[in-house]
Amino acid sequence: MSLMNVIGIAGSALDAQSKRLNTVSSNLANADSIVSSDGKPYRARQVIFEAVPVAGPEAQGVRAAQVVESAAPLRRVYEPGNPAADAEGYLDMPNVNVVEEMVNMISASRSYQTNVELMNTAKQLMLKTLTLGQ
Amino acid sequence: MKSSLDQALALHRAALGVRIERQQLLASNIANSDTPHFKARDIDFRSALEGALAGRRDDGRGLTRTAAGHMEMSRPGGLPAQAGFRPEGQGAVDGNTVNLDTERSAFAENALHYEASLTFVNHIFRSLQQAIQGQ
Repeated sequence: MSLMNVIGIAGSALDAQSKRLNTVSSNLANADSIVSSDGKPYRARQVIFEAVPVAGPEAQGVRAAQVVESAAPLRRVYEPGNPAADAEGYLDMPNVNVVEEMVNMISASRSYQTNVELMNTAKQLMLKTLTLGQ
Repeated sequence: MKSSLDQALALHRAALGVRIERQQLLASNIANSDTPHFKARDIDFRSALEGALAGRRDDGRGLTRTAAGHMEMSRPGGLPAQAGFRPEGQGAVDGNTVNLDTERSAFAENALHYEASLTFVNHIFRSLQQAIQGQ
């Protein structure tokens, strides 16, 4: 049933958008992490979306193809009292842009909502089709 | 020989098929509203329906294989041949041409038309049943 593809497409978008929301929350949570798992300051992460055929060429879903680290320069903060500061008293802080992340979050949650609506509409249409001729 | 039931339902069957195909295209557009370089697509319902009624899935835009070495152009799901790219309204920096408002209204409109076709089919069934029972 081709209407199932609509649900598949919307589902792939839900998955991709929730991954995007995950990276946003991890970026915001680590906005002040001066040491991450590799010992260096945390770098903001962004997901890259990619269109992927779900079932046939007309049904293009979406997936989070990869997660890349932001190449923006690290923030330099003057904090001579901090033990992690360098000889001049400067500290490398994560390159997370909080405003950018909030915008990203709103955009992701809007897209998520739209795709839930898509799924609901497809479900209603399928249910109507099932009761055909009754 | 085609039965009268076939004839009565032919138009709506074709219309429902085209509506579902369009619904898929619109769902793809909405799902990919944040994908870089994604181009929104849509079909012209009238010509697609005419094509479906005439029983053709392809308007000759497919590639002809003249040698065994040629790769086959497969259309597993049967891409509606009329699917075209939507004209770009406001360009985005990332090359995406999806306008979420346009797509959502088209999606809602298409769903409504689908339901309308279902209602028509239901009415046909009801009239036939009435005729059979003679009440």
